[in-house]
Amino acid sequence: MAQLDQAPGSGSGFNPLEWLGSQLGRLVVSVLVPGVLFVVLWQGFIFLRDSEAPQYLIAIIAIVWGVGGAAALYFVSNWIIERLGPEWTRRLQPFVFVGPAMAILAWYLAIPTLRTLWLSFFDRTSDNFIFLDNYIDIFTDPNLIVVFRNNLLWIVFGASLSVILGLLIAVLADRSRYESLAKSLIFLPMAISFVGAGVIWNFIYEVKDISAPQIGLLNAIWVGLGGEPQAWTALLQPWNNLFLIIIVVWLQTGYAMVLFSAAIKGIPGDLIEAARVDGATEVQIFFRIMIPYIWGTIITVATTIVIFTLKIFDIVLVMTGGRFGTEVIATAFYRQNFTNRNFGLGSAIAIVLLLLVVPVMIYNLRKFGEEEAFE
Amino acid sequence: MNATGQSRWANFFINGSLLFLVALWTIPTLGLLVSSVRTRFDIATSGWWAILPHQEWVLVDEIEIDDDLDRDGVMNIAGVTGTFEELREGIETEDGMQVLWIGNRRTGRVEVQEQQWVMRTDLTLDNYSNVLTGKEYQITQPDGTVITEQGDDMTAAFLNSLTVTIPATVIPILIAAFAAYGFAWMRFPGRKILFTVVVALLVVPLQIALVPILSDYRVLGLNGTFLAIWLAHTGFGLPLATYLLYSYVKGLPRDILESAFIDGASHFTIFLRLILPLSIPALASFAIFQFLWVWNDYLVALVFIGAAPDVQVLTMRLAEIVGSRGADWHLLTAGAFVTMVLPMVVFFSLQRFFVRGLLAGSVKG
Repeated sequence: MAQLDQAPGSGSGFNPLEWLGSQLGRLVVSVLVPGVLFVVLWQGFIFLRDSEAPQYLIAIIAIVWGVGGAAALYFVSNWIIERLGPEWTRRLQPFVFVGPAMAILAWYLAIPTLRTLWLSFFDRTSDNFIFLDNYIDIFTDPNLIVVFRNNLLWIVFGASLSVILGLLIAVLADRSRYESLAKSLIFLPMAISFVGAGVIWNFIYEVKDISAPQIGLLNAIWVGLGGEPQAWTALLQPWNNLFLIIIVVWLQTGYAMVLFSAAIKGIPGDLIEAARVDGATEVQIFFRIMIPYIWGTIITVATTIVIFTLKIFDIVLVMTGGRFGTEVIATAFYRQNFTNRNFGLGSAIAIVLLLLVVPVMIYNLRKFGEEEAFE
Repeated sequence: MNATGQSRWANFFINGSLLFLVALWTIPTLGLLVSSVRTRFDIATSGWWAILPHQEWVLVDEIEIDDDLDRDGVMNIAGVTGTFEELREGIETEDGMQVLWIGNRRTGRVEVQEQQWVMRTDLTLDNYSNVLTGKEYQITQPDGTVITEQGDDMTAAFLNSLTVTIPATVIPILIAAFAAYGFAWMRFPGRKILFTVVVALLVVPLQIALVPILSDYRVLGLNGTFLAIWLAHTGFGLPLATYLLYSYVKGLPRDILESAFIDGASHFTIFLRLILPLSIPALASFAIFQFLWVWNDYLVALVFIGAAPDVQVLTMRLAEIVGSRGADWHLLTAGAFVTMVLPMVVFFSLQRFFVRGLLAGSVKG
């Protein structure tokens, strides 16, 4: 690892002026080339957007242009850096590797967080500074309080049902001959988009007049049992939210199951054998050995699903459009910003969403700090 | 576990419960799939389970009604007596037939029906061609009238989805792989702080960035371009990609790299020739993650593609059909399946890698 650990050489007999003379041209090039490349890519896209060529041709050109362009950025900037002489190569190369990622993260996540925070202190048109008024609105407006109640329902029911069902299926599958088939089928909904899942479940909840045959499965069963056809996602607030939450349980249980399944397989067989020999029942083994053993995984899964349900958006938008008292934080955020054009309130909602995940962020950072010998 | 001699009853109970749960999980998708190949008329008038054998009233005889029959009073038709209202509801005869008045009081007809075991297996691919080509199509109703309706052009949206998804999967992987190598194998000032930022950004909700980025795009004129949405997906997927790939690259055996350095290879060569090929399992895990995420994304597309109809992706197209033609189940079921086909293929063929990625990176927000 000689090259890696070499101390930064201070360059004996180093003449700054001479260096400047010989390197200036190269430095200019090293800044200019990536810049020019970006502008070429960017203009290429504006050209493509306005072009009238057949669509499949545009698609192919766009893919090649984009992927090739990104690769070219690295090749060109590395090529230039390697021409600067070994000392500068060694100093600058890490930034060729890490720089683009950091630039994009800064542009797309880090700086926007600050910009959104700033916007949240202004009124709807971002003209007048009103400091915390938007936040006061969030916690006093009755419509927005419903939003938080709904998200709480999503978190409580969505996360707990996914975890319980995921655990149940993982334990059952672990003892069945049909394990891999069963797991694949439970896992499958993870490949389906929320919009697609919305259509699937809208179809199940479809309601027809009592005189016509019910084509929605739930109403067909309900009418078969002697009930009146129900518009499941519209009536009986706030319980109609549960019919939306079922969808996310359907989508996320597979995720929970996969993680639990792997954790259960990690339990030493001897441990369970020994318990059996001592006369423990299967139920005792489940609660006294399995649950404590995989507790860490349970927490991880629950946290991930909670974060996920906090940001739930597509399902609500497709199923009810946020009507009938089903609005959640992410749809309220969308409505304020993009329908009502109230950027102040919309940004404040995004900041509240961020604050809700901060505990998880701190936990992640702490865990990373403990595990990582990031010397 | 099976070898430990579970009793037969225990096995039966376990497999039975499992079968029940799997059925619960599979039936919603199955119902959609079956409906998508049924005719428009069948979808609207019976549940998809009608393709299974079930008992239904089937026409066995049609009766001409005398013109001089008193249609306002009690009538005697085909061995049953009743008023028009009763006949409309259907009257059962003693031998299990049903006499049913179809249509209105003046011009209607009377059918004699019998309970029979039937399957409605009139299957068709028309729904798919309607939803994919965007052409007008004609439907002949059972009563003979013809309706002309507009289909939906999902082929264009499918191509757009591909154009969005492929680069939005490859570009973040490329950028993250370079960064992961940099963090794992290079020494530079600020390395620890920068990586801490990556870990902190793992759970930041992307909602936080939408409005500022949208205003940047407006300034750059990027709204509605593919580049705009690729870069957005790259930005939002990059923390997880970098984190996952970093953990993997750092775990690669150090001596391989050392011997390459001694042979005089540069970082760039080592990255391309050694690290990338060795990291293929990790790259594949994240690729599937990102592919499914981008393909199924609705919010990011909605915000950055917005109203531009030429670049609409499948999820937007489907959501629009839900909004404008929410009762046209023949279009919705086929359309939904069109959006699901590719992710399902990817998912089933690469499930192994996907599971590995899930196990490695269950921290994303």
